[in-house]
Amino acid sequence: MTSTEERPERSVPKPVFTDAEAGAKEFPDSGASARRYNYFKPAKRKQTHYEDVTVEVQPDPRHYLSQGWIYGFADGSRGYPLTWTKLKAWGVDNPEPERGPGSGGKHVEDWPAHGWHEFRDPNEEWELTMYRYNANVVRQINQNVENARNAKAFDQWTPNWVRFVERNVGAWMHIEHIFGLYVFAGCNRSGPTNMHNTAMAVNSEHKIRFAQDLALYNLTLTEEIEGFDGTAHLDAWNNDAEWQGVRKVAEAITAIEDDWGESIFATNIVFEPLLGELFRSGLVMQSAAGNGDYVTPTVVGAGEYDYAQRDLRWTVAAFAPLTQDREFAQHNKDLFNSWLAKWVPQCLEAARTMQPLWSQPDAKPPRFEDSLDRAKNRFAGILTDLGLEAPKELNQ
Amino acid sequence: MSRQSLAKAHQKIQELSWEPQYHEPYMKYGTDYTFRKAAKKDPLKQVLRSYFPMQEEKDNRVYGASDGAIRGNMFRQVQERWLEWQKLFLSIIPLPEISAARSMPMLFQAVPNPELHNGQAIQMIDEVRHSTIQQNLKRLYMNNYIDPAGFNNTLRNFHSDYCGTIGRQFAEGFITGDAITAASIYLTIVAETAFTNTLFVAMPAEAAANGDYLLPTVFHSVQSDESRHISNGYATLLMALSDEDNRQLLERDLRYAWWNNHRVVDAAIGTFIEYGTKDRRKDRESYAEMWRRWIYDDYYRAYLLPLEKYGLVIPHDLVEESWNQIWNKGYVHEVAQFFATGWLANYWRIDGMTDEDFEWFEYKYPGWYDKYGKWWENYNRLAKPNGHHPIVAEDVDYVYPHRCWTCMVPCLVREDMVVDKVDGQWRTYCHEACRWTDAEAFRPTYQGRETPNMGKLVGHREWETLYHGWNWADVVSDMGFVRDDGKTMTAQPHLDLDPKKMWTLDHLRRMPHVASPNVILNEMSDADREAFVADYNQQGPAGRPANATS
Repeated sequence: MTSTEERPERSVPKPVFTDAEAGAKEFPDSGASARRYNYFKPAKRKQTHYEDVTVEVQPDPRHYLSQGWIYGFADGSRGYPLTWTKLKAWGVDNPEPERGPGSGGKHVEDWPAHGWHEFRDPNEEWELTMYRYNANVVRQINQNVENARNAKAFDQWTPNWVRFVERNVGAWMHIEHIFGLYVFAGCNRSGPTNMHNTAMAVNSEHKIRFAQDLALYNLTLTEEIEGFDGTAHLDAWNNDAEWQGVRKVAEAITAIEDDWGESIFATNIVFEPLLGELFRSGLVMQSAAGNGDYVTPTVVGAGEYDYAQRDLRWTVAAFAPLTQDREFAQHNKDLFNSWLAKWVPQCLEAARTMQPLWSQPDAKPPRFEDSLDRAKNRFAGILTDLGLEAPKELNQ
Repeated sequence: MSRQSLAKAHQKIQELSWEPQYHEPYMKYGTDYTFRKAAKKDPLKQVLRSYFPMQEEKDNRVYGASDGAIRGNMFRQVQERWLEWQKLFLSIIPLPEISAARSMPMLFQAVPNPELHNGQAIQMIDEVRHSTIQQNLKRLYMNNYIDPAGFNNTLRNFHSDYCGTIGRQFAEGFITGDAITAASIYLTIVAETAFTNTLFVAMPAEAAANGDYLLPTVFHSVQSDESRHISNGYATLLMALSDEDNRQLLERDLRYAWWNNHRVVDAAIGTFIEYGTKDRRKDRESYAEMWRRWIYDDYYRAYLLPLEKYGLVIPHDLVEESWNQIWNKGYVHEVAQFFATGWLANYWRIDGMTDEDFEWFEYKYPGWYDKYGKWWENYNRLAKPNGHHPIVAEDVDYVYPHRCWTCMVPCLVREDMVVDKVDGQWRTYCHEACRWTDAEAFRPTYQGRETPNMGKLVGHREWETLYHGWNWADVVSDMGFVRDDGKTMTAQPHLDLDPKKMWTLDHLRRMPHVASPNVILNEMSDADREAFVADYNQQGPAGRPANATS
């Protein structure tokens, strides 16, 4: 016969029926129309999930921030100054509401107070999307590389291609890393709205991930290919003449003084099509197959997709309206053109410095000039999307 | 790639570290700290190849639980008393989170150690997660909880409300001023390492006890990221300590950051946990007990004290004073009483305390009833409109307090209030430590040392100033804390949703006008001001007038 020991009652919270669910009672604000965030105007008829979790999280004294920013920098600037880029959106020159004793809150009556708040990331990135997207990318890359490893696919590579990948594909990781940390993450403190800054943070993730994808791919190749020098990329990055031009431009972009707009424009509008896609699509991905390599394009292609389908997309959505701005269109066009005049020659010079790379593989890729022409056409198309014209410097 | 060990992968990505060769990056954010280039290791050892799938899996669990909560009718068991306070908390917290993301590039520039930048970049991504996942949780509450008012206009409310402004210190403090003071000492060393324990662990446990298991689901997931951020802060702190010149600044910043976090976080989270719960089991921990365990023992004794041997000057006096405020001076009770006094200026409903609550408070905080019991009985008596004013305008032996210029929580421990003329203005401070913060720490020189990168306290720091001389109905209307019938107030001093029992703007029209204590203080003669201070210091507890008999 078994006996059951009496256990003392545990002290735990007791469930209580409260009937506190939607629709349980009728009272002011109990209806379905009260169940939406109501402090901003959505871009389209219906507000999106992305807008709900992003819009207005970063406050604005021209909207509802009645007590103003409460911490300032030593120079007196505070919050997210609209002067941290020379670009302008309608309404920015209107004075902030003056508040003081008895002024009331002076909240915005016709939201938004200025044009920067109209920007929405067309990729609608927030935490759920960014983890799903990047997790899918790293999983797919892992599978591609693992499959190649199992199939001994690296044995098919020509010796020259091995050298090319260890030095040049390896060197590219540094560009992505610099942009990821010191341009996109660097600028995510500077943008005028939460939508801009979140888009920059997500762009930064793509860059940092791609840099690491390349580094870890390099590590795999070191393990899989006899004689593959996993440190050769450092020598190429630090010493090869072909890489010094592109490195110089990348570093120059990090040195842009206090203008997040110019930093993003120089990177995603000028550098990426003229140098990034030129190298990735115009050289690496076109040459690989002929040299027995079907793996590298899948790794590099993931980064290419980041830029072509997501990072460029948000950048055009952020900048194109500025050339049509109801108040500052000409100001912005002049500024964009001055940035084109500054960055296009530097990028083209760097492109030409890279030209010898096109001669290194055994199975030759398209001619450098053809790749460059393609890059220039692509670049001109992006400028058209922005409402800008190709600068005369493009003919250099 | 998938076969590589994490350590090997992490070692490989260190090859990405960048030493500029042609152009130095533009240094936008300054610091008065100095760092020698030191080979400090990235404490996170995080590689994005594993990070993204790990975070996706955490997300899947969170969103799965969210679906389950709705399908399982969680809101039939949620305590309204609890969820109303979430209208305040969840209006505040997404901004501190996203501000933490924004603060990371300030450290890239201030800390010359590329290996640490990797961990800081991961923290940036984490913080984007936290901000948007919390906005999403609030959206879920808005859609499924009985009363969406206060959730539906959440960010407008937060930006224009005095409680929101207090909370904004826990955001703007991360991103403004000296880069190390803001993004390292205030954010990671104190806020994340010490006070997220009560924010993200203790408070969600209380949520679960009140029928809400979604808050713990989301915030424990958030807290699992915080442990990485704590490592970031520790690595930077050790680097800072290696330079003797930094010690004076570290001492200043630890004092400021500790005291400000205590004032702000203990005010808010202490109130939520003690006055927002229906769980009155005698063996459940009080906020004071939690504070003693999580903050005093786990942070102060286990984390801070060992750093003394590296030369860190620890603010022992302020740690002990914080405990003194919580345990002996009733800081949390005074704050909760003030929130309830000013219920009409907010955007959530505040439930009164019952006999069961009284019994619990008396058990946990002996002597509580004598101090606060009668006031809460008055609160219940005046909860539903019946020809009287809201409690703030009735005679219940409560003197409306002045605000602290620094932490912006009112000066509720009346004996500690001090005044000072700073920047040509008379200001009240809740404590000498807050006076010191404004008058001495946030200045371009500190103890004779140039501190040109130190930030400033700015803005309209006293909320009442904006509405000085206004009718209360117009104040509430101007702030937008009104329901969709155009007159019923979002806030209520009870939980009854019967429209006949709810306060409307019409009830407020007859009230005396709002008066700014700070405007009045600055109109006083020197003699009047001295008399005012002497009287104020004799007030309390529970806001009683000086020399009150009861």
